Amino acid sequence: MDHTSATLAPIATADSPPDSPRLAGDLAIWFFILAELLAFGVFFAAYAFTRASNLELFAAEQQALNRDAGALNTLLLLTASYFVVRAVQAAAATRPAHSARWLLAAIGCGLGFVAVKLGEYSAAFEQGVSLSSSPFHMFYLSLTFFHFMHVILGLVILAAMWNGARLGRYRPGEMNGLETGAAYWHMVDLVWLILFPLVYVIN
Amino acid sequence: MRADVHGTPTRATVLWAVLIAATLLTWAMGEGGLGGPLTLAILASISLLKGGAILLDFMALRHAPLLWRALTLGWMLLVWALIGIAYWKGLAQ
Repeated sequence: MDHTSATLAPIATADSPPDSPRLAGDLAIWFFILAELLAFGVFFAAYAFTRASNLELFAAEQQALNRDAGALNTLLLLTASYFVVRAVQAAAATRPAHSARWLLAAIGCGLGFVAVKLGEYSAAFEQGVSLSSSPFHMFYLSLTFFHFMHVILGLVILAAMWNGARLGRYRPGEMNGLETGAAYWHMVDLVWLILFPLVYVIN
Repeated sequence: MRADVHGTPTRATVLWAVLIAATLLTWAMGEGGLGGPLTLAILASISLLKGGAILLDFMALRHAPLLWRALTLGWMLLVWALIGIAYWKGLAQ
């Protein structure tokens, strides 16, 4: 070890011992994730308190939602997250080709989410659902579309990660890019784990 | 495979199966048309457990400084607490 790396040694990296605290991914993405969680949190609270003043309306219109599509999308996001974990684990084990394949599988699940969601929107629009048709529809469309845009950005990030993995850019000690993108994707999944029961199930 | 902050494939696979089962339970509760405070408490608990697994294992926060675990898990608890308060407010009307 030369003098330069010795002076940089205190910074925790993927090579640090497992028992030393380490945030997986770039610090900047974690501040971004906190900002996103706050925004979704305000949205969720606004939905819950508006619902409390419009119980019958919300209950009736919630029953018209396609809960099967919501559940299927939860399964797709969770499975995509699992594939991303496997991709990170494969890269950490110096298996870039495996990592790229797991990422491609995650992208497939993400595209499945997009297809299901677009089908759901199409059916809703045919039934006259719009932002101005009722308070419930306003929340349903704006909340799910806000999340939908995060899924689209997540897919762009996964595609960049797939390209990086394919080119062998991620390996032990050089995991930051992969971990950063993975943290973003998991955040998109995390938010849906509240959105699904809140909007589709609780009545 | 060496064990690092991202855990082992076996652990990830077991967690994925649990998350899928929990999702199917949430879906079934919706299909059953269940309501009331107990149902809300169960749905919130399932969501919190799933979120905890995503945060601690998939996002590897189990191995991160305590502050980050507190901020993210605290966010989930706060959101469900607000949903619970709003639900109680609705019942009281």
